[in-house]
Amino acid sequence: MATLNINGKAVQVTAEPDTPLLWVIREHAGLTGTKYGCGVAQCGACSVHFNGAVARSCSIPLSSVKPTDRIVTIEGLSATSTHPVQKAWAEVDVPQCGYCQSGQIMAAAALLQRTPDPSDRDIDEAMTNICRCGTYQRIREAVHAAAKLGGKRAAAAATPAAAGARDA
Amino acid sequence: MKKTSRSSALRNASRRRFLVGTAAAGGGLALGFHVPLPAAAAERRPGGVEREINAWVLVRPDDTCVIRIARSEMGQGTRTGLAQLVAEELGCDWSKVTTDSITPGENLARQRVWGEMGTGGSRGIRTSQDYVRRGGAAARIMLVQAAADEWKVPASELTVDKGVITHAASGRRTSYGKVAAAAAKVPPPDPKSIVLKDPKDWTIAGKPVKRLDTADKLNGSKIYAIDVKLPGMLCAAIKASPVFGGTLESFDEAKIARMPGVKRAVKVNDFTVAVVADTWWRAKTALAALPIVWNDGEGATQSSATIAERLAEGLTAEKTNGTRQNGDARAAIAAAPTKVEAVYATPFLAHATMEPMNCTARVTADRAECWVPTQNSEGSLAALSESTGLPLAQCEVYRHDLGGGFGRRGGPQDYVRQAAAIAKQFPGVPVKLIWSREEDMTHDFYRPVSQAKMTAGLDASGNLVGLHVRVSGQSINAYFSPANIRDGIDLRQLQGYSAEPGDAELGYTVPNLLIEYVMRNTHVPVNTWRGVNTNQNAVYMECFIDEAARAVNKDPLEFRRALMSRHPKHLAVLNAAAEKAGWGTPLPAGVHRGIAQFMGYGSYSAAVAEVSLTPQGKVKVQRMVLALNCGHAVNPGQIAAQVEGSIAFGLSATFYGECSVKDGRIVEQNFDTYPILRLAEMPKVETVIVPTYDFWGGVGEATICVVAPSVLNAIHAATGKPARTLPLRHLGLA
Repeated sequence: MATLNINGKAVQVTAEPDTPLLWVIREHAGLTGTKYGCGVAQCGACSVHFNGAVARSCSIPLSSVKPTDRIVTIEGLSATSTHPVQKAWAEVDVPQCGYCQSGQIMAAAALLQRTPDPSDRDIDEAMTNICRCGTYQRIREAVHAAAKLGGKRAAAAATPAAAGARDA
Repeated sequence: MKKTSRSSALRNASRRRFLVGTAAAGGGLALGFHVPLPAAAAERRPGGVEREINAWVLVRPDDTCVIRIARSEMGQGTRTGLAQLVAEELGCDWSKVTTDSITPGENLARQRVWGEMGTGGSRGIRTSQDYVRRGGAAARIMLVQAAADEWKVPASELTVDKGVITHAASGRRTSYGKVAAAAAKVPPPDPKSIVLKDPKDWTIAGKPVKRLDTADKLNGSKIYAIDVKLPGMLCAAIKASPVFGGTLESFDEAKIARMPGVKRAVKVNDFTVAVVADTWWRAKTALAALPIVWNDGEGATQSSATIAERLAEGLTAEKTNGTRQNGDARAAIAAAPTKVEAVYATPFLAHATMEPMNCTARVTADRAECWVPTQNSEGSLAALSESTGLPLAQCEVYRHDLGGGFGRRGGPQDYVRQAAAIAKQFPGVPVKLIWSREEDMTHDFYRPVSQAKMTAGLDASGNLVGLHVRVSGQSINAYFSPANIRDGIDLRQLQGYSAEPGDAELGYTVPNLLIEYVMRNTHVPVNTWRGVNTNQNAVYMECFIDEAARAVNKDPLEFRRALMSRHPKHLAVLNAAAEKAGWGTPLPAGVHRGIAQFMGYGSYSAAVAEVSLTPQGKVKVQRMVLALNCGHAVNPGQIAAQVEGSIAFGLSATFYGECSVKDGRIVEQNFDTYPILRLAEMPKVETVIVPTYDFWGGVGEATICVVAPSVLNAIHAATGKPARTLPLRHLGLA
C-alpha cells in the first residue's frame, strides 16, 4: 500500500513498485484525464505537475514517489475549468481530437508559472509534447493569450492541491 | 506472396460489411423524414422531456435543439460542421444547439435513417450535407406548422428567427420548445417541396463558429474509449506475430500465471496472443514476461532493401496495372531537344494516432457490445457480429470520439475483432483491450511504399511536350479490397492523375501523356493514410514539374500556368496561393520558396513554402501559405485548423516518417525512432479559402498533398539539389 498526494487528496493505492505513476493515476486513482501515448517519455500526453514542475508520469515509477510529493493532474488544475490556460485554450479553439491536450495544458500551465510572459522561444523550448492533429500554431497563440489573462497569478491560486499537500 | 491469415480475415470482414451495407440500404437511405417515425422519443434530460421532430432534430421545452450526428468525430470538426448545416436550415438559436451521437444499432433498427456512418475520405460533410440540411429544414417546417395549427393561421404567414416563431399580423410569438410536442405529430413535408437556403444567406453555416466539443477536452473529463470503466472490467494487453504473415506457435501461460492481477493468457487468433489481468499495466507486464514461440513464415526474408528492389524492377517492367494516355509520350520525349528524368521514392508510414488502438467488449451468449474509437461504426458492428457469431441485431457499438483517426480506424476493425475474441473467453465480463504504442507502430496498416520514374520532353521554347509517369508500388486494393481490381487494372494508386473532373483530376494538359501504374505488393499490410495516394503522387508530379521548369530556366509558377488553361479551378487556387505568398517578390536573405498544386477528395489545393537552411544544412520551414477551394466552406475556422493539421502531419512525414522493414518486421517502435513534428518546428501557416460554392469538396484529407512537394521544391531552390527520396532525415536535411 502506498499513499500519494494527488490533487490535494491523500490517495491509497496497492500497486507494484515499478508501476508507472501514469498507470497508478489512471487505473488505481481512477483519474483518466492523464493520457497514455508512448510510455517512454516522448509524447507528453501523460504530463502532470510533480511538486510544481511538469513531469512525464509514464516514466516515474511508483517506488520513487513519496507521500509528500505533490501530484496535480488535469482534473486538479482548476476546480471550475477556469485556469487561464483552459480559458485561453477555449478562446483560441485549440483542440482537435483533444487526446494530447491534457498534457499540453499541464505543460503550458507549468511554463506560465515560471515564465509569466513567455517569448516564442520560451514556448518552443517548453512545449515539446506531440500533437498528431497539429494544433501547434493555436497552442502557441493560446499560451500567449493565457499569459495576457495572468497565467502565473491564477496558476498559483488555482492549485489548491499544493496548499492541500502542505496541510496534509 | 502467400496471403496472410490476417489479410484473408480482413477480406471476409470486408465482404460481410458489404452485405450489411446492401441489405440495409434497401430501406430508404438518408432522408430522415421518409421513414415513419416511432412514438416520439421522450427522455428525461436537462432542459426537460425532449421531442424528436425527426431523426436529426430533437427539441427540449427550454428550446435546446439536440442535433443527431451519425459521422465519427476524430478532431476534424465534422460534429460542429454538420450541426451548423442542420441548424442553418432549422433556423434555431445556435447558442442552444447541442449534439448527440447515434449508434449503428439504432441506425440499422431504423432502416438506416441516418445514412452512412463511415467517416473517411473527407466525406463526413460533403456526402451528407444534402440530407442533413433537408432534415433540418423538414424539422423547421414541422415546428412552424405546429404553431400555425395552434394559431389557426397559414404557415406561410409565420416567420422564424433563432427558434422564435412569429405571426406578425397578430403579434403572436412562440418558441420551438413550446411547439415541439405538437410538431412531433405533424406529418413530415414532401422532401421535394423543401428549398434549401442559398449559401449566401447562411448565418450559422459558413461562419467560423467555435467547436461544440471543446469544454471537456480542457479538464480531463472527456471519456475516450481508452478511458471507459465498467463494473468488473478486466484489461488486456496484446501481441501479434512481429513478422506479418507469421503465426502463433505456442505460449507458456504457466510462467505468468502467478504474476499480480493476471487472469489468463489467451489465444486471440492464429497469429495473436493476449494477457488478461485486473489492470492494463499488469497485463502488459505479464505479456512482456510471457514466453511466446512464433512461426515467422516467409515474410521474415523481407527487408526494406528487398522491397525497394522489387519496386525498382517495376519501374521498367513491361506489364502494367493501369494507364492513362493521350498522344504518344514516348515518341514525343524521344524527339524532344531537352529531356529530364528523375526517380523518386516514398516509404511506408504509420498513422500513429495519439490514442493507441483500443476496444472494450462485453460478450454474453446472446449479446455483444463494444466501446470503441471507430471511423466506421457500422464496420465495427459487422466485425463484432462476425467475431461473436451473433446476429447484428444482438450487437451494439458505442462509439467514442476518437483520439485521432487519419484512416487507421476505418476499414480494418482489427482491434474490434481482437477485443471480441478475447471477451468471448470471459463471458459477461467486460474486457478492455489496449495496444501498447509498440504494438500500434508495428501492426499498423501502413501508407503504401512506392517509387516513380518521371520522364519529360521539352521543346525548343521550353514547353512540356511529353510526360511519362511510371509509378511502381504496393496496392491498397490488392491488400484490402481486391474486388476493386478488375482484369489486373487498379487505378486507385494513380489518385490525383485522373483525366476525370470532380475528384482527383490532374490539373495539367500535356499533349503527349503516359501515366502508368505497376503493382508490386509486399507482405506489409497497407491501407488509407490521411490523403492516401495523393501524398506520394503529388510529390512525384509536383517536384518533377519543378525539375522540368528548371531544365528550361522557367519560373515554376509560370511553367505551371502554361499547362493549366483548361483547368481554371486548379489555376485559380494556384494563383490564390501565389498571390498571398507574394510569389516573385524579394525574400529575406537565405529564405527560398517552393510551390505546388494538386487535387484530391473533390477539392483543389495549392501551397507555397518558405524554407531556410541552418549553418549545419538542416531545413527549417518558416512559413506556409495553403490555398483551398473546397466548394462550400462550412466553417472557415475549422477549415483553417484542418489545414494547419495537414501541414503538421505532412511535415512529420516529409522530415521524419519512415517505417522500415528488417527480417520481415517493422523496425520503428515508438516516437523515439518515428519522430513527429514538434511545436518548435511548426511554420507560420496562412490559410486562404477561396470557395466557389458550386460543388462540395473535402478538407481534412484534401489539403495534405501539397505540403511535401511545396517544401521539397523550396529545398531544391535553397540547395540547388532535388530531394527525391523521403524522409529528409536520411538526406541529412532534418
